[in-house]
Amino acid sequence: MESLRIPILKIGDVLIASIQVALHDASAVQFKDDLLQRIYETKARGLIVDLTAVDVVDSFIGRLISDIASMAGLMGTRVVITGLQPAVAITLVELGLELPQVLTALNLEKGLAALRRQVEEGGDGAG
Amino acid sequence: MAQGKAAVIRSDLDIVIARTLARDTAKMLGFGAIDQARIATAVSELARNIFLYAGTGTVTVREIERPGRKGLEVICEDQGPGIANIDLVMRDGYSTSRGMGMGLPGAKRLMDEFDIRSQEGAGTTIICRKWRT
Repeated sequence: MESLRIPILKIGDVLIASIQVALHDASAVQFKDDLLQRIYETKARGLIVDLTAVDVVDSFIGRLISDIASMAGLMGTRVVITGLQPAVAITLVELGLELPQVLTALNLEKGLAALRRQVEEGGDGAG
Repeated sequence: MAQGKAAVIRSDLDIVIARTLARDTAKMLGFGAIDQARIATAVSELARNIFLYAGTGTVTVREIERPGRKGLEVICEDQGPGIANIDLVMRDGYSTSRGMGMGLPGAKRLMDEFDIRSQEGAGTTIICRKWRT
């Protein structure tokens, strides 16, 4: 079956992807690969993954988010996860997945602001 | 409702179907948003376990009652290879594959009751329950 593709938007040097559908495993892995490829092509300095519309994050998706942040970080791109619903935050912690290494923000606007600060402090994004 | 509704697990798409079934049932039974997310997440972990280790199986979700309270029961059954050492798989951080080693212990933490029976070569049955508060 053809997996769902999640649109990745580019605004300036930031990529934004908002997950609006229930991801099954294959489409989630496709999403990770697409994101890394787009980072490579666009040389984006920041990436926001917005989860406002996501109502379940299980250990598979949780690990994927953590992997995206680590892999993009290796490429020199800062990642911010935005819009975690309260119920998702609670289940993630109860599940044992606290994602301590992942930068998060309450919403897209605060995520963009956090990313700008990170990129400025980090200079070239390599810091 | 006593018979419940079942989702057959054959692919990763069915994991999404099973957890949607669980969430919809939880919502219908009057569980709040956070418990709905707990139940849906637990079912996602259990359904993925079936898919990864047994290949196929079923997830059944049904309403249950005890004097003075109502709840939701999830029954996961497969005829897969079974689990040789249940204590080991229920330990945080133990994983034999792509998981993070928190599938089963994580699902247990998200539910109120969790019972696992398995026989090597015959399959695994997990029954877990969440009570409405």
